[in-house]
Amino acid sequence: MEEVKQETTPEVEKKDEATPEAQEGKAKNFRAAWGRLLRFCKPWTVPIIIAVVLAAGGVVIRLVGVDQVGSMVEYIIAGDHDSVVRIGTLLAILFGIMFVMMYAGDFTTVSVVQKVAYALRKRISGKINKIPLSYYDKSSTGDVLSRVTNDVTTLETSLNFSISTLVASGTMIIGAAAFMFWTNWILALVAIGSSFIGFIIMGMVMARSQKHFTAQQKRIGDLNGHIEEYYTGHQVMKTSNARGVVGREFDELNDKLKSSDKNAQYYGGLVMPIMGAIGDLGFIAVCVVGGVLAFNGTIGFGVVAAFMLYVNMFTYPLAEIAQAAQHMQMAAASSERVFEFLDEEELTDESELTGKVDDIRGRVEFIDVKFGYKKDEPIIKGFNIDIPAGSRVAIVGPTGAGKTTMVNLLMKFYEADSGQIKVDGVCLSDMRRADVSALFGMVLQDTWLFEGTIRQNLLYNMNLPEGQEQEIIDRACAAAGVDHFIRTLPDGYETMLGEKESVSDGEKQLLTIARAFIKDAPLLILDEATSSVDTRTEVLIQEAMDRLSKGHTSFIIAHRLSTIKNADIILVMQSGDIVERGTHDQLLAKNGVYAELYNSQFAA
Amino acid sequence: MLKLFLLFSARDWVLFFIALVFIVAGVWMALAVPEYLMEITDLVTNPHRDGTIGDVWVQGGYMFAFAIGGMITSIIVAWIGATISANHAARIRHTIFNRVGDFSTAEMKRFSVPSLITRSTNDVVQVRMFTAMAIQVLIQAPILAIWATMRILDTSWELSVVTFIAVGALLVILTVLIFLVMPRFNRIQKLTDQLNLVTRENISGLRVVRAYNAEEFEQKKFSDANTTLMRNNLFVNRAMAVFWPFLTLLMSAMSAAIYWVGSWVITTGRTDDPIGFFGHMMVFGQYSMMILFSFIMLIMVFVMFPRTLVSARRIMEVISTESTVMGGETVIEPANLAGGIVMRDVNFRYPGAEGNVLSDISLEIKPGETVAFIGGTGCGKSTLVGLVPRIYDATDGSVQIGGTCIGDMTLEQLNSIVGYVPQRAVIFKGTIKSNVAFGEGLNGAPTDDDVVVALKTAQAWEFVSELERGIESDVAQKGSNLSGGQKQRLSIARVIARRPKIFIFDDTFSALDYKTDRELRRALKEETSGATVLIVAQRIGTIKNADRIYVMDKGRIVGSGTHDELMKSNEVYQQIAQSQLSKEELEGGEARPLPAKKPKLPAEALRKGGKK
Repeated sequence: MEEVKQETTPEVEKKDEATPEAQEGKAKNFRAAWGRLLRFCKPWTVPIIIAVVLAAGGVVIRLVGVDQVGSMVEYIIAGDHDSVVRIGTLLAILFGIMFVMMYAGDFTTVSVVQKVAYALRKRISGKINKIPLSYYDKSSTGDVLSRVTNDVTTLETSLNFSISTLVASGTMIIGAAAFMFWTNWILALVAIGSSFIGFIIMGMVMARSQKHFTAQQKRIGDLNGHIEEYYTGHQVMKTSNARGVVGREFDELNDKLKSSDKNAQYYGGLVMPIMGAIGDLGFIAVCVVGGVLAFNGTIGFGVVAAFMLYVNMFTYPLAEIAQAAQHMQMAAASSERVFEFLDEEELTDESELTGKVDDIRGRVEFIDVKFGYKKDEPIIKGFNIDIPAGSRVAIVGPTGAGKTTMVNLLMKFYEADSGQIKVDGVCLSDMRRADVSALFGMVLQDTWLFEGTIRQNLLYNMNLPEGQEQEIIDRACAAAGVDHFIRTLPDGYETMLGEKESVSDGEKQLLTIARAFIKDAPLLILDEATSSVDTRTEVLIQEAMDRLSKGHTSFIIAHRLSTIKNADIILVMQSGDIVERGTHDQLLAKNGVYAELYNSQFAA
Repeated sequence: MLKLFLLFSARDWVLFFIALVFIVAGVWMALAVPEYLMEITDLVTNPHRDGTIGDVWVQGGYMFAFAIGGMITSIIVAWIGATISANHAARIRHTIFNRVGDFSTAEMKRFSVPSLITRSTNDVVQVRMFTAMAIQVLIQAPILAIWATMRILDTSWELSVVTFIAVGALLVILTVLIFLVMPRFNRIQKLTDQLNLVTRENISGLRVVRAYNAEEFEQKKFSDANTTLMRNNLFVNRAMAVFWPFLTLLMSAMSAAIYWVGSWVITTGRTDDPIGFFGHMMVFGQYSMMILFSFIMLIMVFVMFPRTLVSARRIMEVISTESTVMGGETVIEPANLAGGIVMRDVNFRYPGAEGNVLSDISLEIKPGETVAFIGGTGCGKSTLVGLVPRIYDATDGSVQIGGTCIGDMTLEQLNSIVGYVPQRAVIFKGTIKSNVAFGEGLNGAPTDDDVVVALKTAQAWEFVSELERGIESDVAQKGSNLSGGQKQRLSIARVIARRPKIFIFDDTFSALDYKTDRELRRALKEETSGATVLIVAQRIGTIKNADRIYVMDKGRIVGSGTHDELMKSNEVYQQIAQSQLSKEELEGGEARPLPAKKPKLPAEALRKGGKK
């Protein structure tokens, strides 16, 4: 049925950024990972036990049934049709019960597994918002994403497969062996012995195949990487006249993959014939030895008939268990990655903090603030400033000078190593994060809007007074200069922003400004427009930002000369630290970093 | 789908027919094994036969020999299947990759890069798995099923009915399941995408989420998606869970039913030879299982088939697409190559689009000139310069380099003359050197010296020389171990290293800070003297000193001249300038900013400029 399951991705065009570790399926500590997973499953102990009992029960009934088939054959030889009918009726009932129990067991298993997966996803999504930003600045979105989706999905499939298989197959092997020995020990030894010989051969083949599969995985990765790179850089490849070189590289990787493919496919393709041969081997051994014994009259022929079924019941689950072991490995690796994320250190507890700014005016002070992203590498080394309420603060500096550090500190995304940042005399470190962020409106350069209607995006998590919603939204959009644009859309505020969006970068930026207008926070953080916006939209954005920041203390990551010149205070940043501050004229007079920056901008 | 098999090589076809022979042999052997079981049964249960124990062993020996023989044929078939499918897949990949190499930007856009990647990777894997499986199973299963059916029909129609009922039941349950579950599978895929999207949004917008204290809001969105996903998953998995129990039931019930019916046949005297019939009955179970399993195998292949068909079609679509930009035949003597560009009455529109992106473009650029293009987003300036390296081909009109129509030149020569730097830097995994000495120029592949010179000109030498291994330093995929500015400088160096006659910088400089921008342009000027330079830019500062500036609006050239001329006469240019430069500079028209190191107060100097 695995085949049907794979049908879930028919025409997916997307490549998810799964990390290689996730696919390799090797856990660092198998037992610890499973221990963790089982502890997580604790709330479902009762259904799991029920599932196990049902699965085992179904198997036992099946074994009893096979034993009865043996008797049936004896009665046929004896010509006692009535007894055959009696057993036949009994078997019909037995197999009916078996089916119900097996299905009930599997039903319970898959239900539990889905609920576990649901709970895991929920935990992860909750966790995402409890981890400090520093974690995300260090790891990639793709990695976190693959833990929520790929790893949980792997866990799901593996658990589905391994739980039910382990129970059913385990019971089957033990039960079949027991029944065989109970019926006839010689034939039992023959059947089990021949299966084991078969499995030793199988094990040898599999051991050799492993390296081919690993090699295949790796080479697929290499080739895919190559393809991805040169398709993405197609234009450059062509205009650089590099098709020859790249094509040769491709052929080399392609040939390597071909030979790995061949080997892996071959060994993979061997499983079926060998499994079949093992089954045949046991079957033949039972037929021949059973035939000899029956010939001698040691056993009845019904025993041989029953054994013909037992043998299959014994060998097949062995193969299943081998497969389940593989799935358990995969589950362990995924569970390790999932719990690793769930164990990440969370934001500090702040239930003790009571600091609040009640009647906000907007004075912001930095008192001897020291900060570094790494413990022993301070980048801001003792910064002091007193910003009067209502000031416009421009933060300038070359690319990569660490301008977002200021945002991180002000918004309490990161906490200063020492020193204090105060708003109207209240220390940020005494306030809850939620109360700090309530003080700030924020418009960032990479505009963030989610898939939803324009209205949902504008109203993002804000509760507006009942009845006045529309008015406030209208006013905010007018102030942001985006009202005209929204009116031109056929669905107006109800337009869905999504994959097929026809909203340009500039319009997106205006929407986020409108969102900030609605929030109407006393303090503002603005990140100025990008190069991807055309000059006229840029003017619109500029005007909207000016309106937004009027009367508010605002921190502007500035690129535009007019903003910088009109700022009350300019903070110049370089390699993470604030190296100069003052007004435009003061800083030019200083003829330092700022002056150089300023001049390079307009000298040709 | 079938066309794809044209990519089989002759050797693959020979192998395929050899496989066919072995498959038939394998089926014959598999069917022979139960015959000997019948013999054994007869030897044991028929009191009229005077066999010995030795006879039983002999029959057993035959059985064993045939079983081993069957395994050997299967192994051979598996090997052939693996070989053919791997060769075939490699050939498909090679064909796709080369075809994509021929593609122009138009085709790349039509298919989209992610789609082409999936087509070259996952889709090929899908086809390979199917080919291998088809050789192993698709051919064997029907032969086995038909042959085995012929045998059982010979034996007894009563027992055959039992088998047919079992096969029928199997087909019914599978059809029901597939109809029940398939639509949900597609839905689950969409829901998973939705869940990914919500999570991706939450993570990429963490700062905003936290600024709006919207953690709960995000979690609710996730929770909704998660719940719907679980509900669908539950349905599908619970439905699919019925399959194995049902199959077990079917197999157990079938073997019991065969004996039951067999007993009825014997006791009601419907057979002339009750003892012989008993032997047949024992074997019957084996044949029935074979038939049942053949059907299961066939169904598995058929479940894979629609998906493979889709993959095959998607692959064929790529392979059968011809590039719209093909090179010409003319090769110009290197000595006669010059960097002058002439465009006459050029229009451009995307295939199928209604409006022109470029209209009535005529211009003449002399060798060695530096020319800039400026205008709002969507004005067509990038498309215009893209006509020169034939990223796009003009819909009407002609584009010539040094008097030769670019369509007549070979693509190799055109690409050697033209050095194009895109807006977004493209960096490949490898080393600094492999990235810069990429491709071939007029003098072949760039040497190490060329690389160093290019890096210096592109203002990249400073950071490269600080690296431990210099130009041999590793560059990660997508250049993720480099900053945006560093990547951009490497991509500029790559073009400089090939020493083209014409440089095209398509908005390349906006990713650099002002200072680097300026220094780079200065170095470039020294290094590339004699070369023609085309610059697309957003910043006036970047292009102020160009020999000529073309102002574009809505796909047309609305003005050309030097900065000063345009400041006086061109409204669009004035608007752009106004949004970028300070008032003082504008009033002066030609502000003379001071060199950075001059001790005078720059602010005052600026004002002086304004009063002039």
